[in-house]
Amino acid sequence: MASDWSDPRPMSPHLQVWRWHATMASSILHRATGIGNYIGAVAIAVWLVLLAFGAEGSIAFLFEGWMAWVTRFGLILLTYSVSYHWLNGLRHLFWDFGKGFDPKGSNFRSMAIMFVAIIPTAALWLGFGS
Amino acid sequence: MTDYRTPAAKVRGLGASGHGTAHFIAQRVTSIALFFLVPVFVWMLATSGAPDPAATRAFLASPMGAIVTLLTLTAGFHHMRSGLQVVIEDYVHKAGTKAFLLLGNTFLTLGLWLVTVFALVKLAL
Repeated sequence: MASDWSDPRPMSPHLQVWRWHATMASSILHRATGIGNYIGAVAIAVWLVLLAFGAEGSIAFLFEGWMAWVTRFGLILLTYSVSYHWLNGLRHLFWDFGKGFDPKGSNFRSMAIMFVAIIPTAALWLGFGS
Repeated sequence: MTDYRTPAAKVRGLGASGHGTAHFIAQRVTSIALFFLVPVFVWMLATSGAPDPAATRAFLASPMGAIVTLLTLTAGFHHMRSGLQVVIEDYVHKAGTKAFLLLGNTFLTLGLWLVTVFALVKLAL
């Protein structure tokens, strides 16, 4: 954490001083969605284990009453998070081949991926959301 | 006392200990696997009748359901572990906290992966 940083030399200016732009937002969002997917995968794995041992009754409250809406909202967020990370991860693989570094195209793709990730999210939840 | 050692000599032998390239490659290999696996897994799970317990258990117990879930979670946990490791190394600089979080990351991903494999084998066999 920043307070534990003991190096007295000046640090490079960080988030606070830069104007937000598309490529910066998409880079930060890639990390944020990665952490989101981590939490989601852990939750799904725990759920699979509970199912295997017939202990899913202990989390039945997640699918009852108003909690069902909280769970659904979380899963919709997770679907967007996975969609975004999948699309932007594909972009990372293209970068590994040295492709996709032009400034204008990078800005466009950053914005495009944020919006295109809505499509699989909406398709899944409008199709199977009931 | 004057220190005559160069900065390079001081850091040699510390740090990534030469495993950085393998880490980088593993992150790419698992991401290529997940590129194919995640859409298939999400589609199969979404059409399986989940979260209904009986329907989800039937999906996980079916050969295709079990295999796709195993492949996806195996590549996923590997990718998650190396991904979060980089996040921890980037933002946590206090040695004790960092070691604690890195250990937690390893135990959680490896442990939960093995428990999930056991649970799936139990369901499917």
